[in-house]
Amino acid sequence: MIAAVQTSPEVFEQTFLLVRARILEIAATLDRLDRAEAAESVRADPRFRQIQQGLEILLSDGFHRAAQIQEIFSDQYDPTWMKKYLTTGERPALSPSVPH
Amino acid sequence: MYYIDPHIHMVSRVTDDYERIARMGCVAVSEPAFWAGFDRGSVDGFRDYFRQLTEFEPKRAGWSGIQHYTWLCINAKEAENVELSREVIKMIPEFINKPGVLGIGEIGLNKNTKNESIIFQEHVQLAMQLDELILIHTPHLQDKLKGTRMIIDMLMSDRRVQPERVLIDHVEEHTVGLAKEEGFWCAMTLYPITKCTPSRAADIIEAYGDDRIMVNSAGDWGPSNPIAVPDFIQELRKRGHPESKIKKIVYDNPLEFFRQCRRFEFTPPDVLADAVSAAEPVSAK
Ligand SMILES: [Zn+2]
Repeated sequence: MIAAVQTSPEVFEQTFLLVRARILEIAATLDRLDRAEAAESVRADPRFRQIQQGLEILLSDGFHRAAQIQEIFSDQYDPTWMKKYLTTGERPALSPSVPH
Repeated sequence: MYYIDPHIHMVSRVTDDYERIARMGCVAVSEPAFWAGFDRGSVDGFRDYFRQLTEFEPKRAGWSGIQHYTWLCINAKEAENVELSREVIKMIPEFINKPGVLGIGEIGLNKNTKNESIIFQEHVQLAMQLDELILIHTPHLQDKLKGTRMIIDMLMSDRRVQPERVLIDHVEEHTVGLAKEEGFWCAMTLYPITKCTPSRAADIIEAYGDDRIMVNSAGDWGPSNPIAVPDFIQELRKRGHPESKIKKIVYDNPLEFFRQCRRFEFTPPDVLADAVSAAEPVSAK
């Protein structure tokens, strides 16, 4: 870890307007979704639920909000995938004729 | 500040971009083999591409005083075609010892499929046989976390793989820890919408440190910014980070990783400038 050089109040001064602008952008986008026709179908879209979960994380405390939001938008990992994908017969041949 | 862009697809960029990045302080680029936007029809399509990467691009980069390095492979997208992939892998040794070739890359996963995984392992196999460095592409968006885990599973299951000779690229907040914990090098790609922004990349550096990590533009034929690394430099400066820290990430770290390649030769920019001015005709001085 390399320490952040700035204090929290310094970061806040520099980013306040930026964060404000980004929240407004999200709010206006959500308004636009609701204003347009067939808004119900978007609400039923699983990606919309992801957006809502992301917004909930914004209101939580901690240092890992960005990583948590990334995880919401990520596919599930199956730790047994290798057994399913790479059966012995399909593993790469160990010595193709490659010159050194 | 001098910098190196360790991942940029210059075949998709114009000569003016070389000139522009040179003016921003770029002294070297490394260009992994990647998807051209369409699937190539034959192994000869790749042979021509590898000639472009190893013969013409270094020349074109040189016109702007930039040193050009490259990586060879068939990318994850085209790896769905297992038969073609195997032909390409067989052909790589024809080019691997050309000057400027740093190793095998960017191999990886795209949609995390079985065929992609098979061809990934065959590339690793080739890299181990030839004792080459590896540069790894991790998938985009929702596929990234799962794909990065799968890639690390495959690497860790091969005892010959030395993590310090492997670079895992396009890491973000949720994957950087996975790569660093196991001792791999990693890189962040500065893409406006689908990857990291300069400020998020700077946050990741502050959280995870500046060892074994670098940043790149991954500039290509899609929406991307070939001068993204200078944007990152500027972000760290604005935050008050010392020049020596910044230089470590954008210059020293790529060199440290590349130097593990036995063919790697690099002329530092001051030496290069002296050589160029010495070669200039007297009347031009
Ligand atoms: Zn790339």
